[in-house]
Amino acid sequence: MTDHERFTYKKVESIEFGMLSPKLIKKMASAKIVTPELYDKEGYPVDGGLMDIRLGVIDPGLKCKTCGSKLKECIGHFGYIELARPIIHIKFVPLILNILRCSCRECGKILIPKNKQDKAAEALEQVGKEGLENRRLKLKEILASSKSVTKCPHCKAKQYKISLEKPYTFLENEKRISPIEIRSRLEKINDEEVKLFGLSPDVVRPEWTVLTVLAIPPVTIRPSITLESGERSEDDLTHKLGDIVRINQRLFENINAGAPEIIIEDLWDLLQYHITTFFDNDVAQLPPARHRSGQPLKTISERIRSKEGRIRHNLAGKRTNFSARTVISPDPMIKLNEVGIPYIVAMKLTVPERITDWNMAYLKKFVERGPKKYPGANYIIRPDGKKKKITDETQEKLLEEIQPGYIVERHLMDGDVAVFNRQPSLHRMSMMGHRIKVLPYLTFRLNPAVCHPYNADFDGDEMNLHIPQTEEARAEVEILMMVENQLISPRYGLSVIGCIQDAVSGCYILTKDLVFNRQDALSILYKVGVTDFSGLPDKDEIHGREIFSCLLPKDFSFVGYSKQNKKRVEPDVVIKNGKLTKGYMDSANLGHGQGLMLRNLHKQYGKDFTIDLLGKMVRLGILSLLKRGFSTSLADTDLPREAQDKIREIKEKAEADVDVLIQKYHNKELEVFPGKTLFETLELRILETLNKARNEIGTLVTEHATEGTGTSIMARSGARGTPINMAQMAACVGQQALRGARIDKGFSHRTLSCFKQHDLLPAARGFIANGFKSGLTPYEFFFAAMTGRDSLMDTALRTPKSGYLYRRLANAMQDLRVEYDQTVRDAAGKIIQFEYGEDGIDISKSEGGTINVKRIVEQVLGHGA
Amino acid sequence: METEAVQEVYAEYEQHLNKKIFDDLKAALPEKATKQQVKAILDRLVKEKKASSIEPGESVGLVGAESIGEPGTQMTLNTFHFAGVAEMNVTTGLPRIIEILDGRKELSTPMMEIYLKKPYSEGKDIKKIALMIKETLAEEVISEFEINILDYTLHMKLNLAKLDDIGLTQKGFIRALEKAAKLTVKEKEDGIMVKASAKDASLKELYKLKERIKVTYIQGVKDITHVLPIRRGSEFIVITAGTNLRKVMGLDFVDTMRTVSNDLYEVADVLGIEAARQVIIDEIFKVIESQGLNIDYRHIMLVADMMCTSGKIKGITRYGVVSEKSSVLARASFETPIKHIMEAALSAERDHLTSVVENVMLNQPVPIGTGLPGLVIEVKQGNVKKDEKKEEKKGDAGEIGESEKEN
Repeated sequence: MTDHERFTYKKVESIEFGMLSPKLIKKMASAKIVTPELYDKEGYPVDGGLMDIRLGVIDPGLKCKTCGSKLKECIGHFGYIELARPIIHIKFVPLILNILRCSCRECGKILIPKNKQDKAAEALEQVGKEGLENRRLKLKEILASSKSVTKCPHCKAKQYKISLEKPYTFLENEKRISPIEIRSRLEKINDEEVKLFGLSPDVVRPEWTVLTVLAIPPVTIRPSITLESGERSEDDLTHKLGDIVRINQRLFENINAGAPEIIIEDLWDLLQYHITTFFDNDVAQLPPARHRSGQPLKTISERIRSKEGRIRHNLAGKRTNFSARTVISPDPMIKLNEVGIPYIVAMKLTVPERITDWNMAYLKKFVERGPKKYPGANYIIRPDGKKKKITDETQEKLLEEIQPGYIVERHLMDGDVAVFNRQPSLHRMSMMGHRIKVLPYLTFRLNPAVCHPYNADFDGDEMNLHIPQTEEARAEVEILMMVENQLISPRYGLSVIGCIQDAVSGCYILTKDLVFNRQDALSILYKVGVTDFSGLPDKDEIHGREIFSCLLPKDFSFVGYSKQNKKRVEPDVVIKNGKLTKGYMDSANLGHGQGLMLRNLHKQYGKDFTIDLLGKMVRLGILSLLKRGFSTSLADTDLPREAQDKIREIKEKAEADVDVLIQKYHNKELEVFPGKTLFETLELRILETLNKARNEIGTLVTEHATEGTGTSIMARSGARGTPINMAQMAACVGQQALRGARIDKGFSHRTLSCFKQHDLLPAARGFIANGFKSGLTPYEFFFAAMTGRDSLMDTALRTPKSGYLYRRLANAMQDLRVEYDQTVRDAAGKIIQFEYGEDGIDISKSEGGTINVKRIVEQVLGHGA
Repeated sequence: METEAVQEVYAEYEQHLNKKIFDDLKAALPEKATKQQVKAILDRLVKEKKASSIEPGESVGLVGAESIGEPGTQMTLNTFHFAGVAEMNVTTGLPRIIEILDGRKELSTPMMEIYLKKPYSEGKDIKKIALMIKETLAEEVISEFEINILDYTLHMKLNLAKLDDIGLTQKGFIRALEKAAKLTVKEKEDGIMVKASAKDASLKELYKLKERIKVTYIQGVKDITHVLPIRRGSEFIVITAGTNLRKVMGLDFVDTMRTVSNDLYEVADVLGIEAARQVIIDEIFKVIESQGLNIDYRHIMLVADMMCTSGKIKGITRYGVVSEKSSVLARASFETPIKHIMEAALSAERDHLTSVVENVMLNQPVPIGTGLPGLVIEVKQGNVKKDEKKEEKKGDAGEIGESEKEN
């Protein structure tokens, strides 16, 4: 029998929450704790102590007295202590206050006349169906009316003002009510009326909120650790419980001995403090209980709360085996949906494969090779679930033993599936399925084209790899998670994967003006992976466009716009019947997240074809760059003399314009913008003038920059950098702005000490007139550093903010799903939308969020005509 | 074009396709298309729509959250940015998105865009209209205060040009001041005069009076602190800082159909929850566009619907949407877990484990996506023992779904 057959699988259907009654606490307890001592002289747990072995075992070798099982088998058992005096449970203080205020001190009835009571109960029932929040509000409303009542409507007894002295002292007419009195009042309330306080009488009695017995958690949840010195170090909870038991015992003794009231009161208060901090060590008005070292104890609330608490850290956060992590590096020659993994990893991670009559011989080979030779196997799992490690000693025995039904955990091999992930996993494309490719060296290799969905680069990034271990998991990875299935982003309905960097520059040069001789063209195409050369024209000199067209399917037609075509009226990229007839390729068509070319290819030829084609495009780009050679140099940004002159003119004119503006400002001749002061107007006008000048310089640089240099190719193709970056290098960096205004910080009335006070000239307020190539003056450098620091801060502050927003969104919406009737509903079945997105279209199946009607019209008419 | 015939074909497909597709089709269809061709196209469209429709079980909520959360890291924190016009600052970027999704009542920059009815929208009296909308306080038109300490009077000189700008005469101003500040105002040759009442005839009181007059409301719409008439496309509109939708919509020169405010609660109050939902969508979309990001409309729509389904605006916070969740554990896993668990205990809540996190906590398949469908096995009567075993095996294969759902 395997694991699957041995256990009965059951599903938890629901979890009910409730309160422990004193009776139940006693009933479920397996020991009564009477002494604060933990161990006797031999180090054996004391009977009736906090580490009593009836509460479970944490030492190897001991057996639990309650269930008889050993360490790790026994889940632990509760104990209890009898409290000498009742103690208020800190977490129920608001509820107790509410009940005391709203019920009669004499007869215990709720201070609402009988006739209104029924109505309120009915209203509560009604509203309860509408939602939790409404119920809470209604409860408040019902009780609000009874708080100020001074005479009981039932027994006519006079009521006094009850107040709370935080954290847990209740006062009636400024006089303290003892917990004993509180408990007796709570006991008087009848079950029917309990409902009006929002309690469920089936599981809760109000008097249970004042404790008379305290449940002692099992030792297994508060295990002690043995230090290297052999000393035992107890858990924080044990410490706290020790305090409680000790004080409780003393209180008992004092009461029995008839000690003075003050001493009893003091001990009672101390017990209240200890029990309060046992539940929550972070109560506002109480000093937190501390270790001797001064660090606060971590008690029950602290264990549950916060990111590192039980819920978010242990329950909602799962850990996994069969995973690996290492540095990533690029390899454009592997496929997009492959991941290269080192041998070391391939020999550590395994895939379980079940032996059958048909693969017996095949799997035996793996066992024969063992864990040290690739591809071998590390473990064998017997049908009874026992896992056996394959070692030199066991190998032969295991080889004889195995038979159908056994499972071999064999090394990873090419073609296995894996889930590849990079943190932060912000969207589902941060975890995609890849096929394994085992490669030498020690890094994970991935195709640079899939960097974008992971947001990865190779400056030392590390990524994680997970190997699915069951058939269902593998099926889900292959059907849902593989790179080719994640090609179209559900965020905007376009391809998230596209050519980047060299691949873009390469395809750009290739399709624009590269010409290869036939032999080179064939050699490149072959290396790319093309085997059908029938698309290549029968010429000796072959244009790059024709080489690129070889990749495209023969019946693919597409019109689009290049990156330079800003207006997007006249299409300037035309592919007709698989031939690039007009224009060239650049980032607007090859890049991710833009252009419909990749999207259309995906729609028409399917995911597998597209992913393959993308890989080929990347390789074609890189290989043609390799053939042609590609570099950048300082001279790339050299400008001809006349351009330099023009730029100087523009700069001078802008400065003169600003001078005029400042003059006008001083003479108060400036026309003031509505809602702005004179000075603000001046600043805006200056900014405007300078930005205009920079833009003019920008266009000038783009016009005059030598075409065909590395820098300009990269900027034009969209592979890296923008024309603005070029202008910044060649001519002028431009105005540095902080918070949308010119720089105005630093010394009194001036930005840096090298300027005059009240200097409003461009240079004194952060305008960098030089380009990076000519070099910045010291003060310009300072300004650049200021904005640089500012943007660094911005990034550092933004990340946690947007992270929290994301967490909130994900938490609020994670259970919305499309139902079989196409409605969008939450977990409770409440309808959020009647049809998803009002048209029921899946964005990752759409083309940029819509159905491309135009394309269909053209296709249908094209076929018809 | 044979309009009628084509119309007929359209009607035939009406229930299968939505309006946007028809609009796109009308735009893309060439004049000379025949009825058969239109029909063929429509057939293809229906097929296409079916192929791109969403599948049951798709976790649209999480995908939506990812789609908004992921680009959030790319948004600038830049609080202030220029909204089309250089002169007015508006909160955009991440802070604005957070503000909207929090469902905050106090906005950092409340704003309105007021569209005008016809002659005014073409620029007629645009300045005057703008000033009529703006809330004018007395100090803005009073150019000089003069305190007479002998007979305890307050003399004020008025800025007549400004008064004219806002469409008031001196008399009108006096009337407005008398009404709002409950004073008797006398007209003098070079201004107006207020006499302190005999009771509070002290210098201190006089100063107090002066301060009171300064902030007295004279005319315009309350809370509108700035106005800016601008040209948008071919018409003039007024952008304001500060909102008061109810009052502005009451003005007779305002085009009430298009005038918008960016204050969710105000819109919900004046125009209803559906309008507020639209404001949420529009406002978020505006930010996303201004940041040059690309997020599909549907994701934002889902968030807005989530915030508005209860009929009131609920923020995506622990007090809003999350507190409405039916599952105790789902609420507890977000924030303040102890509070939620305590409440659940008192009212004996039962968690039916219908959403995602609870099932993650319990190591059970989540009822979303591939975890949603259950497997139903036909159990034959008679040969029960054998079938039972079979069922168990199937169930173990991972499809531990809610089979009662299918029954």
